[in-house]
Amino acid sequence: MSPTVDPNSLSLRADPQDGVALLEGSNGSVAARYGIPLAVLLELTHRCPLQCPYCSNPVEMERTSNELTTEEWKRVLNELAEIGVLQVHFSGGEPTARKDIVELVRHASELDLYTNLITSAVLLNRDKLEALADAGLAHIQISFQGSEASLADRVGGFRNGHAKKIEVARWARELELPLTVNAVMHRQNLDQLESIIAMAVEMDADRIEVANVQYYGWALKNRAALMPTLDQLDRATDIVENARVRLKGILDIDFVIPDYYADRPKKCMGGWGRQFFNITPAGKVLPCHAAETITDLDFLSVRSNHSIAWIWHNSDAFNRYRGTDWMPEPCQSCAFKEIDFGGCRCQAFALTGRADNTDPACSLSPLHQTIFNTAQTEAESGSKRVIYRNFSGGTLEAEPSDGA
Amino acid sequence: METAPAARRRMAVSLESVPRLARGAKLRLDETRGRWVLLVPERVMAPDDIAVEVLQLCDGEKSVAAMIKILAAKYAAPPERIGADVIEMLQDLADSGFLIEGRKQP
Repeated sequence: MSPTVDPNSLSLRADPQDGVALLEGSNGSVAARYGIPLAVLLELTHRCPLQCPYCSNPVEMERTSNELTTEEWKRVLNELAEIGVLQVHFSGGEPTARKDIVELVRHASELDLYTNLITSAVLLNRDKLEALADAGLAHIQISFQGSEASLADRVGGFRNGHAKKIEVARWARELELPLTVNAVMHRQNLDQLESIIAMAVEMDADRIEVANVQYYGWALKNRAALMPTLDQLDRATDIVENARVRLKGILDIDFVIPDYYADRPKKCMGGWGRQFFNITPAGKVLPCHAAETITDLDFLSVRSNHSIAWIWHNSDAFNRYRGTDWMPEPCQSCAFKEIDFGGCRCQAFALTGRADNTDPACSLSPLHQTIFNTAQTEAESGSKRVIYRNFSGGTLEAEPSDGA
Repeated sequence: METAPAARRRMAVSLESVPRLARGAKLRLDETRGRWVLLVPERVMAPDDIAVEVLQLCDGEKSVAAMIKILAAKYAAPPERIGADVIEMLQDLADSGFLIEGRKQP
């Protein structure tokens, strides 16, 4: 006998080890082959006390008055559990800005859903965190913007945020909550990577996600201030490889590189409509949290008269870029088309104006060299000054903190 | 760095270990897909039938030696043959932080 646990995983990011084998049946129509995803991202609100210039929320954020109510979210959770979703990620904005966060976590746990909280942590106090743990929270992910307060608080645009996050991480450990450090990396903090990893070890985290910024929405507005240099990336890759060996059994490290510098595009979302969807604060069901940047797609809501499963299987937005039939050349005849599924549709739309164009991150895109050069030029000469994310379309940082 | 608290939390699996799943790891039946899954942060793992049996024995009360004895009896296999496989699998899970030294507080 030889017991094994298949480490194939479902991940929110492009990940070569995804769980597709578990998800797909072997035959049937294209739509029928795409089983309901194992995990779903729930963006409870776009409200957030932080103003990170690379926020993955859309530039046009959803107002509080449009947010799903507690009862609507509970109905969504019931439906998700019923159709076979196993994990829910409560995210935002800042999910703890919702007064009903404990109630929603408890409801999900009672449905046997595995609950994960993706949070900035700055709104939490110890009682609230304990209430979340008692409600059955299985895992907490706390974002960090740097390894020390001056840079971290500047990037997040929130005074004393860094110290607060460290305090909440300590409470999480005291409550035996599994802890992941989310570190979003860019030119202005990549040189702190070594100390960010050390910080994660120091705070006794189980995992760290070292995710380089992906450039759509807010991050695209701020690309010149955030794009790393090639040198920085090479160093970061070395640091991660080294740390993975040194910290085996101590800290798991996930690493996502920025694709402007790649030759091959990322397998974005594991392929459009293939193993992931998210639900926005107003209840829209999206194939990707950035999908609303593609302005010629219509997304259906859980407030429509369609079930979530129907939207997943049958809606035009999910089927438009599903599989490989939609692909034009050079993708259609590409040997990698079932490996990366053509990369990222949002990036193709943002950089070429058409979502079905080849993702410029791919070396076969006619725009690839231009994008690469833009990245290098911006990385070498770009300003450090950022546009902070907020409900009024963004605010330019008052003045550069150190000689940008 | 290697002496950080997380390092002490990780278990070195031996015959005397008494393992149980950590808070972030949940074993459940996925009725929709008709199989058992191990849910962990950001991942869904698909243990095979025997791995499921091993995981179900990780109750924070039985030692690894006792678990091996149960499995050996059930599969009529010599304990020394399956013991190494079981320990290796448990060690992989412990290295990822999904399995901890058991004995719950009374």
